[in-house]
Amino acid sequence: MAQIPIPPREEVLRRIVEILSDSFEIDASKIKPESTLYEELDLDSIDAIDIFTQLREVTGRRPDPAEARNVRTVSELVDFVFAEIAKTNAGVPEGPMGPPPGGGSNIVS
Amino acid sequence: MRRVVITGYGVLSPIGHDADQCAASLRAMRGGIHPMPEWDHIADLQTRIGGKVTGIDLVAHFPRRRRRTQGTVGLYAMYATDQAIAQAGLTEATLQSGRTGVAYGSTTGSSHELEAFCGPLFVNKTMRGLDSSSYLKFMTHTCAANLAATYGIRGRVLPVISACTSGSQSIGAAFEAIQFGKQDVMLAGGAEEMHYATAVTFDLLMATSIRYNAEPSRSPRPFDARRDGLVIGEGAGTVVLEAYEHAKARGATILGEIVSYGTNCDGLHITAPSEAGMRGAMELALEAGKVRPSDVDYVNMHGTGTEIGDICESNATASLFQRPVPASTQKSYTGHTLGACGAMELVFSMVMMRDGFLAANRNLDEIDPRCGKLGYVRETTPAKPRLVMTNNFAFGGVNTSILLRKIED
Repeated sequence: MAQIPIPPREEVLRRIVEILSDSFEIDASKIKPESTLYEELDLDSIDAIDIFTQLREVTGRRPDPAEARNVRTVSELVDFVFAEIAKTNAGVPEGPMGPPPGGGSNIVS
Repeated sequence: MRRVVITGYGVLSPIGHDADQCAASLRAMRGGIHPMPEWDHIADLQTRIGGKVTGIDLVAHFPRRRRRTQGTVGLYAMYATDQAIAQAGLTEATLQSGRTGVAYGSTTGSSHELEAFCGPLFVNKTMRGLDSSSYLKFMTHTCAANLAATYGIRGRVLPVISACTSGSQSIGAAFEAIQFGKQDVMLAGGAEEMHYATAVTFDLLMATSIRYNAEPSRSPRPFDARRDGLVIGEGAGTVVLEAYEHAKARGATILGEIVSYGTNCDGLHITAPSEAGMRGAMELALEAGKVRPSDVDYVNMHGTGTEIGDICESNATASLFQRPVPASTQKSYTGHTLGACGAMELVFSMVMMRDGFLAANRNLDEIDPRCGKLGYVRETTPAKPRLVMTNNFAFGGVNTSILLRKIED
């Protein structure tokens, strides 16, 4: 299976800032590594799904929703991308790993 | 059963962005039908004019937080509802009490969002580029659901989706919810977003106006001998309905009363109207309101500007009233705003009662002799209508009739 080359951290951060400003109308100058996604950047759980969906181009995989929910800041999102790339390269299967509490996403009725 | 009053209303339409602007347009007989160059790329489409909402940027108006899961139709609904809530002076506590609900309709969810989602998915068979929020914008109950989420509504949410009676049936459902004591306050109305798919739909049915593309302001022409079909429009109308006692207790200004609501079905044909069915709905409203036809000061007609619709409706109305009751339709100003029209026209009726005039039928130069004998309003007429009937009809043979009374508080 083809390995995803590990990108520089700045490149991942740049892509995340790009997604946040292009898709969510957030002023790029206000996006700091320590910015909290839901409070400071005023994102919603539905927005988060779209962010993770867009990041699949970088990570090559569908994330575990339970793990994705734990991501609170821009910096943690960068870490998450690297962790996902590592999983892809290690051949870890996509999607939820443990028995899901509610199955998949927690925002869908 | 409890009395139900109106304590707020709001409107966004091709002839104005609020009730006052619409009143000014109606008084001046100023229509809102324009060319639709946005449709130039649609081959074979014959109708090229529409009643578009112009001169307002709702993306700039609403912060992203309020737009997050809303397409254009949802934004229209929210814009009109903000006005209605502000006029009614509803507090957050009332909105979120569980005794306030929402009844709101549109013919469908956001068509532009549906296109953005189904285009890539249906044509290219890919999920790439799709947003998780798209469905929330194009689902059929997008207006009701998003209004509820926006204002923190904890009461009932009733999305009434019945094409051109979506707005009037939403108001009817809200009226009954309060009448029977299930809710104290209801936000009710309808919205519509213009999209070429709607124009195509009515074009295919040969129901659209196609001869006035070079002179948009001359169409539609409801009840006129030279009418050639409907013109698609868009916008939203919202009313705040409230139990009379509830409104009095909180010191709200009472703007009008919904006297009664009649709705039925022809039980005959999916698209062809029925004179008996239309008249039946009007009779239901009169009976429920204990009102005689002679008590009604003005009939706000559906008046789509299609041949069969105009003839059928006008004859149904004439046979019931048996006199030249003053009558007109505001579709000659806005075009057919479909899911919004029932609510929008009810708001226009409120404005006429408030300001003391009857809006004229635009483009009614020569009454089609096959239309029923009514007092078609030909120019803006000073009047003090106190009891108004507003009627709407939809595919499926759905008919609605609402009686409105002016209240001097």
